[in-house]
Amino acid sequence: MSNKHVNAIVVGAGAGGGVVAKVLAEAGLSVVLLERGRWQNFHDTGDDELISQRSPKLTRAPGPENKPSRKAHEFDNGSYGVVTPNNVACVGSGTVTYGAQAWRFMPQDFRMKSIYGALDGSTLDDWPISYEDLEHCYDRAEWEVGVAGDDTANPFAGQRARSRPMPAFPYDREAQLLIPGMQRLGWHPFPIPMLRNSIPYGGRPQCIHMRTCCGYACPVNAKCGTQNTVIPAALATGLCELRTDAVVSEVMVDDQGRASGVKYFDINDRLQEQSADLVVLSASASGTARILLSSKSKLFPGGAGNNNDWVGRNLQGHCYVGAFGLMNEQVYEEAGPGASVAFCDFNHGNPGLHGGGMLANDFIIMPYSFTHQRPAGAARWGIAHKKFQREQYKHFIRVVGPVQEMPVFDNRVMLDPQKRDYWGIPLLRTSGTKHPHDAEIGQFIAGKAEQLLQEVGAKSIQRSAPSPASRRSAGGGQHQAGTCRMGDDPKSSVTNRYGQLHGIDNLFVADGSLNVANGGFNPVLTIMALGFWVGEYIAREWRGGGRFRT
Amino acid sequence: MKRKKEAGSSRRDCLKILAAAAGGVAAGVGGAKLVGRLGAPPSGPWLVLTQSEADLVDLVTEQIIPADEFGGASAAGVVNFIDQQLSGPYREQTQSYRAGLKRIEETSREMFGRVFEALQWDEQTRVLQALESGKASKKIWSDQDAAGFFRMVCDHTMQGYYGSPKHGGNRNYVSYRMMGLEYPRVIGQNRYDSV
Repeated sequence: MSNKHVNAIVVGAGAGGGVVAKVLAEAGLSVVLLERGRWQNFHDTGDDELISQRSPKLTRAPGPENKPSRKAHEFDNGSYGVVTPNNVACVGSGTVTYGAQAWRFMPQDFRMKSIYGALDGSTLDDWPISYEDLEHCYDRAEWEVGVAGDDTANPFAGQRARSRPMPAFPYDREAQLLIPGMQRLGWHPFPIPMLRNSIPYGGRPQCIHMRTCCGYACPVNAKCGTQNTVIPAALATGLCELRTDAVVSEVMVDDQGRASGVKYFDINDRLQEQSADLVVLSASASGTARILLSSKSKLFPGGAGNNNDWVGRNLQGHCYVGAFGLMNEQVYEEAGPGASVAFCDFNHGNPGLHGGGMLANDFIIMPYSFTHQRPAGAARWGIAHKKFQREQYKHFIRVVGPVQEMPVFDNRVMLDPQKRDYWGIPLLRTSGTKHPHDAEIGQFIAGKAEQLLQEVGAKSIQRSAPSPASRRSAGGGQHQAGTCRMGDDPKSSVTNRYGQLHGIDNLFVADGSLNVANGGFNPVLTIMALGFWVGEYIAREWRGGGRFRT
Repeated sequence: MKRKKEAGSSRRDCLKILAAAAGGVAAGVGGAKLVGRLGAPPSGPWLVLTQSEADLVDLVTEQIIPADEFGGASAAGVVNFIDQQLSGPYREQTQSYRAGLKRIEETSREMFGRVFEALQWDEQTRVLQALESGKASKKIWSDQDAAGFFRMVCDHTMQGYYGSPKHGGNRNYVSYRMMGLEYPRVIGQNRYDSV
């Protein structure tokens, strides 16, 4: 079966790909947007904790129906095994069920090597672009997807051209309790920016404050993902066709070193070919690297763009660290979703550390997940465990955040040499060991969370951060990034500053794979901004002379 | 500890709930009072477990979450939850359950000369503590990790008791009532008293 040739193929309808599809379709290009999952909505999961993305016990992440997604993973003890990854595959991807924290990286996050210098065992470097370069793309993400927030009280935020389109959410009870403590410590609390409607916006209603939000789809579409914003906008142009249940196996690269299209398996597992003038990969830091590595051709025998062996390297994620404690007074409120106040006093400038991380109060923890939250020495079962569950649930407070991970060359996504998935595509394999400095940063940041909880009078405080001595496998975990680093030098990066592959002019990457360093923040708004950044470049070049036309 | 079988009662109770729910909506009240009470969870038929395995799981999980003024694992139907999941998402754990349950009986006989069902409450607790601490007989647990098995049963018990009732446990939202959480969630109808 032959598919009609189009101008652009975008692989992956998530945070990056949804944005790129919109930008290209609005620029007049015909676009096919390929997504391996399907549409997903509230009714698929409801407010059921055991099948939420926060604690998926009785389900796996949404993906191709009845065809379990698998990957080979290196465990902490150094052995390999096949596991089911948590990566969501659906229209909107993780933006359907995320907690929706809408962070811009700080200007320093783009200049890590200039600020901190090299670090032994790490490929830490500067991005080839600056915060200022990306600022207007952050702005577009905030306005075209929708962000509520206010930076006036955050002295560490980068400059912005204008405010966000929606006012910040009011502080919740936990925030009101924590803020005086932060102020006494000389820190700078401010409301967490959220991709969630604090007022009606974009034709969708305002937030109804479900306690089940992070990990769940929104029943009234008040959470702003690509599935209810930029993807419908792309479809509305009439130029973008969304094909779900499409599992891309490789990019076809011809003998002249140009991408001619992609191969994918359709809903009936038939192999399809789709040709295009250009291809954009937005399949996540693991998925995009895997597709590139699978795309072998005459000029790129080790995978597209991989002649210098950088594809799949520098896999980063985020280790969440922090502390919890118990308050005398009730801090719980029925109105969700929690996660209300943050401070950025320790993202940078920490003595002896290459970076740091943001800290915030956490999303409401649901009853089953709470069964694992106990101070050291507390009963894990029996009547004492049950009593703790009853008496302390509404007094539990947790302050957490994602800390910078140091990129390591051997932390990587590769193809498993033997194992193949349902479609015969080599399994993605993650391997490598986290840099020990991550745990040092983590311990420092967790110590700040502990200090804050002490300041506000919490009891039974329990710190959560990895021990610097422990071996921890890379794997990416949540917020995976970095596997197709952007850079000016083809010998030490995969794409140029516009996400264009070194050596393949009409093949692009637009997702977290590009991140040189992954910041001490949830990266989704940066991924959306990169979607605008790459999309705008393609549209500009396209209008300027049809450079990518075959 | 065994539950009384209440054959045929659940259907009637369901009808009562529907009637109560309809009345609640018509009267325009909030979601919190919509649900009536079901009777005890059904004692079979089981999808995966045998009757004696189910009885043992019921006793073990009741140790993990005992009854006090709020029902424990047994009243919440945790064994119903586990049986249901062993026929679905946890089917790969079925063999582990079969083997582990036999070994609990053997451990119980070794420690107290009687099967688990015949032990006093505190004796049952000590058997499970032996599993948890890795002190149970290595001869009995030669090719199965006693502590790992107990951790798994413990976690499944928490899921059954604190998860959504639609998976077979948390009967009558017992854990939500105990923790003082609004239930069930009715979109647009919950009152959010603290807002």
